[in-house]
Amino acid sequence: MIEVKNLYKEFKEVPVLKGISTTFEKGKTSMIIGQSGSGKTVFLKCLLGLHIPEKGIISFDGRKHTELDIKQQRQLRQEIGMVFQGGALYDSLTVEENVMFPLKMFTKKTYSEMLERVNFVLNRVHLDNSNKKFPAELSGGMQKRVAIARAIVMNPKYLFCDEPNSGLDPNTAIVIDNLIQEITKEYEMITVINSHDMNSVMEIGEKIIFLKDGVKAWEGTNKEIFKTENEAIVNFVYSSNLFMKVREAYLNETK
Amino acid sequence: MNYIEHVGKYFLMLKQVFKKPQKWSVFKEMFFREIEDLGLKSLGIIVFISFFVGAVIAIQMALNVDNPFIPKFIIGFATRRSVILEFAPTFMSVILAGKVGSYIASSIGTMRVTEQIDALEVMGINSLNYLVLPKIISTLLFYPLLILLAMFLGILGGYCAGLLTDLFYSEDFLYGIQFEFNPYYVKYAIIKTLVFAFVIVTIPAYHGYYVKGGSLEVGRASTQAVVWTSVVIILLNYFLTQMLLG
Repeated sequence: MIEVKNLYKEFKEVPVLKGISTTFEKGKTSMIIGQSGSGKTVFLKCLLGLHIPEKGIISFDGRKHTELDIKQQRQLRQEIGMVFQGGALYDSLTVEENVMFPLKMFTKKTYSEMLERVNFVLNRVHLDNSNKKFPAELSGGMQKRVAIARAIVMNPKYLFCDEPNSGLDPNTAIVIDNLIQEITKEYEMITVINSHDMNSVMEIGEKIIFLKDGVKAWEGTNKEIFKTENEAIVNFVYSSNLFMKVREAYLNETK
Repeated sequence: MNYIEHVGKYFLMLKQVFKKPQKWSVFKEMFFREIEDLGLKSLGIIVFISFFVGAVIAIQMALNVDNPFIPKFIIGFATRRSVILEFAPTFMSVILAGKVGSYIASSIGTMRVTEQIDALEVMGINSLNYLVLPKIISTLLFYPLLILLAMFLGILGGYCAGLLTDLFYSEDFLYGIQFEFNPYYVKYAIIKTLVFAFVIVTIPAYHGYYVKGGSLEVGRASTQAVVWTSVVIILLNYFLTQMLLG
């Protein structure tokens, strides 16, 4: 379990996160949502250790991030997989080399063992026969799948995704969502997704954390989000007529 | 941010760069890749410029040394000295600062803005050590060879200019390039090259690594990197000349 307690982060004395506390559980897909500038990315980067919070505790299965020395932090980071918004694939490396990269850095496997693992994860994300292609030769959806393959190649305990659906068409977005959820269940990972895509939130958000102005304004599941009367989240989620109608239909159905 | 802060941040960056590589096999792979990208790919421009600038130095010398009391071997002598002392180590380093410096700043800067550096950090990799150290080691080993080649080609260019223009006799030129040869001058040029090679990698790496924003900022960082690298090379050239020859 990832436990966050009273997390504060500020930039140049401007507070961005104001005392966030929550937990992320094993085998569940948790989603962080909120308007632009609400602190979602900063929160995710604090979880990843890319930003050091001013106050608060982040604990990965009892290991407090701030209390680990550099060696222990590196060890912990090897248990983390991350899918960046733009994929963050290394341009000069092929798909195979990109996915093999963490194995090369952190394991003593032979080339054939590494290749076997790479082919396995590429097959898992439905990307066979793309090994020798460069990222620039792939579509946005394929790049995201390579990024997922690279994130899971080390069998991580924790998977973080920053807007995995941004820039994708609705069909590809659903494929990516389902893939992340399947992988989360299959490998019993703790998955945390930062997203704007309400479709994804409704589909795979087993736990949803809504941030507003750096504060956790609401927390619940994708079922509870339909029923909530919390003004902040209702204004955010149901700002579109389509979602408002979906909500009304859901509430009528469950009456 | 003021200049002192930049200098401090630059030295803190170097502290991270000079750490033991996390995996030697990966470091070796990166090292050979950098030899190709930063060294071998600069070979063409070095060959072309050295040869023609050496030729121009010899022609200029021949055209200006028209006093019958000045022996003609002075043309070869002066060409050799100009090429070995200044042209090859300093002029070539400024050219490499433009070519290689902009490449380093823009490639690392692009990695920064596309979150590739964050991806390295999240994996638990010391990104500065991984990206910059192989570049430093490869240039420190390869650039002295490039500069020695530039010296040879510069003098060869001068010799060929004599053959083609008949402005001086090749025998005079050959005598001139051997006249009072002091091997220390080559050592001096190599010392300068090593210092400049370090600057050519680390200043652009600093500008690229700490870039914030998008492609426009990467372009700006690349330009700034070239300007600052050239300025530092020229300043260091002054101090090194004073220290080593003064």
